[in-house]
Amino acid sequence: MDWGLVHAYTPLFVTALRVTLMVSAGGVAAALVVGLLVAIVRLWHVPVLDQLSIAYVEVARNTPSLVQLFFLYFGLPKLGILLSQETCAIVCLAFLGGGYMAEAFRAALVAVPPIQHESAQVLGLTRRQAMRHVVLPQAMAQATPALVANVVFLVKESSVVSGIALADLMYVAKDIIGQSYDTVEALFLLVVAYAIILLPISAVGSAIERRFAYGR
Amino acid sequence: MSDRTRASIPANSTSAPTAQSSAPLSGRQPVLELRNVTKRFGPLTVLDGIDLSVAQGEVVVLVGPSGCGKSTLLRCTVGLEQIDGGEVLLDGEVVSGRERTQQDRSRMGMVFQSYDLFPNMSVIDNVTLAPTIVRGQSQKDAREKAKALLARVGLADRADARPSTLSGGQQQRVAICRALAMEPEVLLLDEVTAALDPEMVHEVLQVVLELADDGLTMLIVTHEMSFAQAIADRVVMLDAGHIVEEGGPEFFTNPKTERAKAFLRTFEFHRSGRDS
Repeated sequence: MDWGLVHAYTPLFVTALRVTLMVSAGGVAAALVVGLLVAIVRLWHVPVLDQLSIAYVEVARNTPSLVQLFFLYFGLPKLGILLSQETCAIVCLAFLGGGYMAEAFRAALVAVPPIQHESAQVLGLTRRQAMRHVVLPQAMAQATPALVANVVFLVKESSVVSGIALADLMYVAKDIIGQSYDTVEALFLLVVAYAIILLPISAVGSAIERRFAYGR
Repeated sequence: MSDRTRASIPANSTSAPTAQSSAPLSGRQPVLELRNVTKRFGPLTVLDGIDLSVAQGEVVVLVGPSGCGKSTLLRCTVGLEQIDGGEVLLDGEVVSGRERTQQDRSRMGMVFQSYDLFPNMSVIDNVTLAPTIVRGQSQKDAREKAKALLARVGLADRADARPSTLSGGQQQRVAICRALAMEPEVLLLDEVTAALDPEMVHEVLQVVLELADDGLTMLIVTHEMSFAQAIADRVVMLDAGHIVEEGGPEFFTNPKTERAKAFLRTFEFHRSGRDS
């Protein structure tokens, strides 16, 4: 491996790291919101939305992310909706991740014993208050491992956005390889860059898990 | 059903069925009234036309074999189950048959069999949650009241503990405080000691006895017969969804119906070849 090349390519990867981080952060945040809303809709069996949510989760989880991305990037303009590359990338991750996050939230919400809902109800709390103060905090503790796994999954999955020529880490690495055949150096930097993002996420995830780990 | 070891109730509170207690406290305005309440689960009629009223300050104990509908009766009363017929009245106002308002629900307190404290918050936060977010009390006021309640059940020093670090008996006492913090007009207790180790039963029932002495209106489901006898102003026995007998604490010593006699016998143990 040529360390001089590694050094020379580093600035390109730093720029690309920002793109990957931006797309991932936006996608993860949106996916968490979508996932939580879908999970609550399903828990409460909200008419119509419940069925739509089931369909959404199945589509999101059972179609390739690249196909979802191409649909957004090449398909939507045919319907008159033109999104920028960045927006497309974030919407794609939100769509994909929302399905996974919804299942993680739902499993955790369902695991909160019914007596917890009932106790809150008997005390006079509304369903929404009970959700916010009693059920959700308990579900979060349950859901954290799955949510963190999903965040890691989404950051890795963000590499598909190179497919629509967004200059993320994957795109830059492929670009360098295509132009100069510095495969080893490019892939080395690629692995290091993803590790820089993902290792702290795993560490923070473990820390959150410990914080929430009150026994029942 | 196993009959768990009964905690002994102090002799002074075991008032024999004398004239001062017993008999429905008629004349007084009923706080809680059930009229012809019917509840079905599929083809099964769990409650079949139940009429029951609880007067201000009265302690009514519901007894009966497992599956007779005692718990369902409480759940219907408090609105956790919708009833299929009849009505539930609180202070003469019908509260059944519609979505209960937050106001309706906070007027009745209920404590369940299993420890149902919210594990995600401290003991005192369990007690102050509903007063602050349902009643809009300030944190400071609610905490002060909660501390007084916890002190009353002997748990002032555990206010900041997590529920999971308390014993079952302590958790149930906190659950009682949590219900009392909303100052309910009537408190419903659903076998609050059934999940407890025998040595913890007494500390919980002692708290309930004190509440009765303070004049709290209560409807209690229990399998602790000596406790029931000590605390009841009136006893209602339920079997297969019907009220089979109703009376003062003399129910325990002198039941009228065969069904009640048979039920009470299930709490006695005899060894053949020995007298009583």
